Amino acid sequence: MSKRVALEASFATAEAARMADVDVVAAYPITPQTHVPERLAEMVANGELKAAYIPVESEHSAMSACLGAAAVGARTFTATAGQGLELMHEVVYVASSMRYPVVMAICNRALSAPLSVWCDHSDAMAVRDTGWIQVFCQNNQEAFDMTLWAFRVGEDPKVLFPVMIHFDGFTLSHVTEPMILPEQSEVDTFLPKFQYPFALNPDKPMTHGAFGLPEIYSETKIAQEVAFRKSKDVAIQGFKEFGDIFGRYYHLVESYRTEDAKTLLLTMGSFTETAKIVIDRKRDNGEMVGLVSLRLWRPFPFEEFRQAVKNAETLIVFDRCISSGGPGGPVSSEVRAALYDEKEKPRVVSFIGGLGGRDMSLSDFEYVIERGNEIAEKGSEELFETVGVRGKVTGIRG
Amino acid sequence: MADELSWRDLEVGNIVLEAGNASFRRTGDWRSERPIMDKEKCNKCGLCWLYCPDAAMKLLDDGYYEPELFYCKGCGICARVCPREAITMIEEEEK
Ligand code: SF4
Ligand code: SF4
Repeated sequence: MSKRVALEASFATAEAARMADVDVVAAYPITPQTHVPERLAEMVANGELKAAYIPVESEHSAMSACLGAAAVGARTFTATAGQGLELMHEVVYVASSMRYPVVMAICNRALSAPLSVWCDHSDAMAVRDTGWIQVFCQNNQEAFDMTLWAFRVGEDPKVLFPVMIHFDGFTLSHVTEPMILPEQSEVDTFLPKFQYPFALNPDKPMTHGAFGLPEIYSETKIAQEVAFRKSKDVAIQGFKEFGDIFGRYYHLVESYRTEDAKTLLLTMGSFTETAKIVIDRKRDNGEMVGLVSLRLWRPFPFEEFRQAVKNAETLIVFDRCISSGGPGGPVSSEVRAALYDEKEKPRVVSFIGGLGGRDMSLSDFEYVIERGNEIAEKGSEELFETVGVRGKVTGIRG
Repeated sequence: MADELSWRDLEVGNIVLEAGNASFRRTGDWRSERPIMDKEKCNKCGLCWLYCPDAAMKLLDDGYYEPELFYCKGCGICARVCPREAITMIEEEEK
């Protein structure tokens, strides 16, 4: 029988890694991710998890060690946040290009300066184009579920890509919530043993990571890109299988009360749950509003996203990251690009807020929806508007 | 060789399944200078063989060494390390 427990997202993801029976964990502690490697190290020390725990001297080394482990066919897990992900950046690209299905939890954190350990999505957006499959979580149950799903999808022989699970630092990583832990037998049914087809083995010599001269580099990258986009099918299949076994069905794009909605709000991560309360209130008031949230961020689910927003007049996108000097938040610019060629499309309004751990209250989201509708009607002088910044913000021009 | 492969022909992650096929690669075409060996001066110490970064120096049956020009990049390290100054680098155009 599955059981109901109370866990913070850090422990939830560590528990999922344990139940996935990972072979290797290589991680370097950084706030707010620290509880993840701490708990895993504890499990290994207590004999609850039979794995090699590699204490490394930096995140760059953490990811490098993970690559080595994955190369011999080990199920490999790590976690980081903010600056740690930045320090790891170079090797993050190598993981996806060499097709090692490492799974990594990210406790999302703002980037320095000013130094901040609190949440926003700047770290996630900085690795947007690294070729990792990426999902966002709204709560701790999802942090657990997505971790299991990540192994299932990443290790699929049709996929072989690394997977990042984003969940908000502190808001989820350190907040205890009720959640359901499945039976080990259910996990074993969902997650077959990792069979890496190209595991390094002295009896069968081969070369991983050969360098690419100009006559082969383009072909290599295109082969990678085509395979990466195809991984979406396995992502969908993974959610279906997950639902069939565990009873929770997930979608690439999550829609909440979107039926007949004229205005849609788009959020990512834990704020989505706050925003849902505002949607409920407005619906009770008879307002035709709904919410969409991108669960799968990479590869971007174009079809599913267009389908989810096609009947709306206004789409208000809320970003927790600034794309400096760019068109708005990273999510809003991608969303605009995804809709650009459509004949019928909602007007996209871009908001940025929740930076560096700034909270977003119910009334803040009420403001975002009301002001968003106003901008859709009358326009705004600014490319994007901000929420909760003291002093009227002007000068966000193209 | 590589320039005949389409993107569909590549292994996942560009993994090379055939061990040691780097030996098919002619690295010698980068060369602008080549080592000329002088058997008169050579004492067969093997330093040139040891230091060659491309493993291009070949041990002959008679104990002397000779560069394999298919691989030799002409870096001149062998000439520099030879204690007998038995190796001279000459421009590729020279005879
Ligand atoms: S020139 Fe360089 S590459 Fe050629 S044989 Fe000498 S050391 Fe080796
Ligand atoms: S280093 Fe000079 S002396 Fe020694 S084997 Fe090579 S050519 Fe001969």
